[in-house]
Amino acid sequence: MPLYLMPLFPLLGFFLIIVFGRLLRGTAAGWLGSLAVLASFGVAAGHFLALGEEPVRETLWRWLPLVGSRGLDLSVGFFLDRISSIMTLVITGVGFLIHVFSIGYMREDPRFGRYFAFLNFFVGLMLVLVLADSYPLMFVGWEGVGLASYLLIGFWFSGRDNANAARKAFIMNRIGDLGFMLAMFLIFKVFGTLVIADVAAQSELLRVGQPALELIALFLLVGAVGKSAQLPLTTWLPDAMAGPTPVSALIHAATMVTAGVYLIARSSFLYEVTPDASAWVAWAGALTALYGALSALGQTDIKKILAFSTVSQIGYMFLAVGTGAYWAGMFHLVTHAFFKALLFLASGSVIHGLHGEQDVRKMGGLARAMPLTHAVSLIGVLAIAGIPPLAGFFSKDAVLLGAFEYSLALWIIGLVVALLTAFYMGRWYLLVFRGSYRGHAHPHEGGAVMNVPLLVLAALTVVGGFIGLPHLLGNNWLEHYLEPTLPVHEIGVSAATEWMLIGAAVLAAVIGLGLAWTRFRAGRLEDLGGLGQVSARALYLNDLYDGAVGRPSAALARGLDAMDRGVDSGISSAAEVTTEPGLLAGRMQVGYVRAYALLMLLGTVLLIGYWALRVIGGSV
Amino acid sequence: MLEGVNTEYYVILSAILFALGLVGVLIRRTAVLVFLSVELMLNAANLALVAFARAWGDLIAQSAVFIVMTLAAAEVAVGLAIIVTIFRKRASTNVDGLAELRG
Repeated sequence: MPLYLMPLFPLLGFFLIIVFGRLLRGTAAGWLGSLAVLASFGVAAGHFLALGEEPVRETLWRWLPLVGSRGLDLSVGFFLDRISSIMTLVITGVGFLIHVFSIGYMREDPRFGRYFAFLNFFVGLMLVLVLADSYPLMFVGWEGVGLASYLLIGFWFSGRDNANAARKAFIMNRIGDLGFMLAMFLIFKVFGTLVIADVAAQSELLRVGQPALELIALFLLVGAVGKSAQLPLTTWLPDAMAGPTPVSALIHAATMVTAGVYLIARSSFLYEVTPDASAWVAWAGALTALYGALSALGQTDIKKILAFSTVSQIGYMFLAVGTGAYWAGMFHLVTHAFFKALLFLASGSVIHGLHGEQDVRKMGGLARAMPLTHAVSLIGVLAIAGIPPLAGFFSKDAVLLGAFEYSLALWIIGLVVALLTAFYMGRWYLLVFRGSYRGHAHPHEGGAVMNVPLLVLAALTVVGGFIGLPHLLGNNWLEHYLEPTLPVHEIGVSAATEWMLIGAAVLAAVIGLGLAWTRFRAGRLEDLGGLGQVSARALYLNDLYDGAVGRPSAALARGLDAMDRGVDSGISSAAEVTTEPGLLAGRMQVGYVRAYALLMLLGTVLLIGYWALRVIGGSV
Repeated sequence: MLEGVNTEYYVILSAILFALGLVGVLIRRTAVLVFLSVELMLNAANLALVAFARAWGDLIAQSAVFIVMTLAAAEVAVGLAIIVTIFRKRASTNVDGLAELRG
């Protein structure tokens, strides 16, 4: 099976639904879109099973001939190695489940077909991003998912807030994209090629100056930071909750925001030789993880808690790839895709059951009315909190181990984040499902098409961690699998230390959950005090940007507007000054013969008078 | 006897005739009378030309008079044709009514 089939199927689905959408009745468009992604999943699985240590390469056509004229060929080609293989499985697998869930979730929407067209478009371009063998092609997918996210976040565009959220996501991503582009320019200047494998081969030979490499790595980091909503480009992601909930699941869990992590893992050959840039990656990740966790504490929107949680968890992934534990980053990416998709879809199920209610203060006690959603949510919460043996525990442990070996400070931050994560996710769970119901809707489950994806994801959340067991417990399949493509990370700590680290992580999770339990046990709405205030405003980062960038820009715009109006009216009056006398002269064109005769007379008198004066003056 | 008449008197008569013609053009509303007034002005000019020719003893100005008379004849031919046409269309030769032809 050729690789291009993978992105082709969803793009074909997009095309069919857009063009023939009118012919599709009921939920047909949804099933068509889901089948397209399922077909991709089939291709991805087939390749995964057949893939050896050598990557599969496939060239489709030559591209950018100017590049070729220098004797260097940039072609549109796909490239499947073990990292991209894992990614394709996650994207198509989790993506398919989200598609199916959406059929139930979006059933009532008047623009049902269009929604699935966009979802397919998104998945197709995400696969292009992942499979690209060169940075420019990756950038095509990168921009494509940006466009798709814009369309999906602003899917319910009639509200001003939603449209603004979509624009915010788009514009903040542009900042990151600039970094990516600068990195590409620099890579081409330094290496003379943009094909990832060629760049990798050259960087191993180390024929390139160190400062240039560091700069490339930092520019790539800027790109990754934008797409993955890391500090300082975080603020678009919580706003992106304006889109339909399954979209949040898709963007957050399986696809777009993990693209930054993927970009860095893909470019690991660069980061291996650029320790300073790697340190930046690690610190950006750690601080974002802390920021996201702190901001999640005081949120009251069921989805925003999860959104900040995503910011925080992706910070973990950055922390991992920054500290050199690339496989741990990929591992956390995979498990996070499982449990975050699960949590988002579960909250989608809750929102669906409560007819659109998103405020956790108006929920509570849903465990009785929605037993299945409650059960899978509990699994998700325990997984993300890091309770063994669920998926989140293993991957978070791997990340923390890498951080511990790199720097004690980073490990402590990671541990604090783990505690906070357990706390806010415990709060989320207790406020939604425990205590008594505080709202007025009639909660109900969403039906089979919504429940089955939840169950599958819950199962993956339970068993997903076993692909990357700690060395103490057995064979680490994932790290071994990724060895041919990612730098090997040697464990340098003793078994006793490793046990200690595991114990500390579990302890942090238990303490966090315990704190949440004592505070929110009965689903009571307890104020978190000053911290809660700060957290509810997401540490004032938005306000900071508003003050530092937004207000001055608005003032500048107003000034320019005033100036524009001044110039505009100035030019208008100048134009009037010249047209008015013309109009006056035009008024003489009255059509009365006698008037013309009079004018002729006056003109003649003037001329004669002029000459007469000159004669009298003696100048003629 | 004619010798005794100064050129100035001819010029003054010419100016008076010209002014009368001008006033006629300016205040008359009937196209035919406007035409007459124009003729009067032309003839005033002719008179002046002839007077100057006599004063200078030079025939060039007199020949200019013939050109003016020829032009005036041609003008009357065309002008009267126009006036007749206008009269057929509008049953009036009031020149003010022609203001609607303004571009």
